[in-house]
Amino acid sequence: MLLIDCPFCGKRPELEFRYGGEAHIARPDDPSEFGDKAWGQFLYGRSNQRGMHAERWRHVHGCGRFFNALRDTTNDRFAATYKIGEERPALPEAQGAVEA
Amino acid sequence: MQRFSALALIRHAFTGHKTWRPQWRSPEPKPRYDAVIIGGGGHGLATAYYLATEFGIANVAVLEKGWIGGGNTGRNTTIIRSNYLFDESAALYDHAVKLWEGLSQALNYNVMFSQRGVMMLAHNVHDQQSLKRHVHANRLNGVDNEWLSAPAAKAFCPPLNIEASMRYPVIGAALQRRGGVARHDAVAWGYARAADALGVDIIENCAVTAIRRGVGGAVEAVETTRGAIETRKVGVVAAGNTSTVMAMADLRMPLESYPLQALVSEPVKPIFPCVVMSNTIHAYISQSDKGELVIGAGTDAYVSYTQRGALHVPMHTLEAICELFPIFRRLRMLRNWGGIVDVTPDRSPIIGKTSVAGLYVNCGWGTGGFKATPGSGHLFAWTLAKDEPHPINAPFRLDRFRDGYLIDEAAAAAVAH
Ligand SMILES: Cc1cc2nc3c(=O)[nH]c(=O)nc-3n(C[C@H](O)[C@H](O)[C@H](O)COP(=O)(O)OP(=O)(O)OC[C@H]3O[C@@H](n4cnc5c(N)ncnc54)[C@H](O)[C@@H]3O)c2cc1C
Ligand SMILES: [Zn+2]
Repeated sequence: MLLIDCPFCGKRPELEFRYGGEAHIARPDDPSEFGDKAWGQFLYGRSNQRGMHAERWRHVHGCGRFFNALRDTTNDRFAATYKIGEERPALPEAQGAVEA
Repeated sequence: MQRFSALALIRHAFTGHKTWRPQWRSPEPKPRYDAVIIGGGGHGLATAYYLATEFGIANVAVLEKGWIGGGNTGRNTTIIRSNYLFDESAALYDHAVKLWEGLSQALNYNVMFSQRGVMMLAHNVHDQQSLKRHVHANRLNGVDNEWLSAPAAKAFCPPLNIEASMRYPVIGAALQRRGGVARHDAVAWGYARAADALGVDIIENCAVTAIRRGVGGAVEAVETTRGAIETRKVGVVAAGNTSTVMAMADLRMPLESYPLQALVSEPVKPIFPCVVMSNTIHAYISQSDKGELVIGAGTDAYVSYTQRGALHVPMHTLEAICELFPIFRRLRMLRNWGGIVDVTPDRSPIIGKTSVAGLYVNCGWGTGGFKATPGSGHLFAWTLAKDEPHPINAPFRLDRFRDGYLIDEAAAAAVAH
């Protein structure tokens, strides 16, 4: 089970959280200008990153708040958690691929 | 190919069974092939086999980064059924079941396909309505599926608990008698051996690292850990790693890869005659010919490529198993593992062409593609050979996520299978 560092409450077991899918997928500002292909990508296209993945979590059985996290999907290790609205933190390149 | 038969068994007994040859060669990659299949799981190997036998394209390589069948093909709980709700899905999965019925003969390999029946339990009124709707939809599509009362379900599967005192009592079940299980490894090996005999090169320990494209963006070659290989046709059948491979051709897929777990108990004498699934309390179970109970758990919640998951996920399933089959409460569990399943938004697969000329994809089988292995391979081989989909896989095109023509088995079943 993952140990997740909620930016509001600190480290808690995964069971207290709900996964919220890939982060930083912004809804289009002007939907009428958005073509079918772009809508399809917005709704369904995902990076499904093998490596560092930006994702949302919600601390449902805690503070109830959404936040973002960077996690390496090749070893499930979190590199950072950060509040909604904050920039995705820059990480040193090497951090992604260390362990198999 | 050394054919397997009772006579061959006796003949080789005289030489102490030391004269059997390896079931497939282990060739060096050639510089050029007519088609390259990325991924040596059941679906990729079946694709190569049907390309060679049905479409006369035998100059084919199957490139596998590990060993064949080491992906989800060798990790799944082998449930086979075709009682899906929508017309498109019923046609797709029943095409596969029909091929399963003759597969051991066709491959000269015992894939141990056993039509012992797949029973899906109803625990509440909604389940009952939904399963009965499936029964009727299936009947209209010529797919067998029947409704059983709770006592009839128990008669079919004696270990089942139907006491009213259960937290989620069993109120009935839908039974597909043509459903069942098969031996996962044998499916990979059987297709590999038969494809190899027709001239297909099966190249293990060979990961594809790049897809090279030429004029107009058409596929020209693949780069691999064992050198570059030229080809005009590439079929991607990489299950959980599909997004990674497709990104090599700059395509972003409607897929997310999750760990899906399964586990087996210590082996016991034959006690469990069929396959039982419960979508509502999430458990599915059968017994292997070795005697282990084979139990499928759910997916972990997050994208991951680790081929493992957290313990609370199988624990949840075991709680359901203990409630449904109290007789198994004191059994010990032997092994637990995970595979990475590629899940689409509508829980239906993608089999077809892409916007890149010469690049084809067969993916999105998610938690339930083992059952489709022969059909998927056959339809994908057709698509590769003719550069157009077979009518059965035409609705399962990649563009459906742009055009909104989803085949929403997610809403229809909402369960791993
Ligand atoms: C625990 C579990 C239980 C399941 N239970 C069932 C069930 O009961 N019934 C059912 O119908 N389905 C079930 N499934 C789903 C089923 O296993 C899959 O849908 C099916 O096996 C997929 O077959 P495949 O050949 O496409 O994939 P795989 O067997 O995963 O093959 C894909 C191959 O591609 C290779 N590959 C990936 N990237 C590269 C690369 N860059 N270069 C070269 N090779 C590459 C991989 O190594 C892998 O061997 C289950 C899955 C799991 C994990
Ligand atoms: Zn919190």
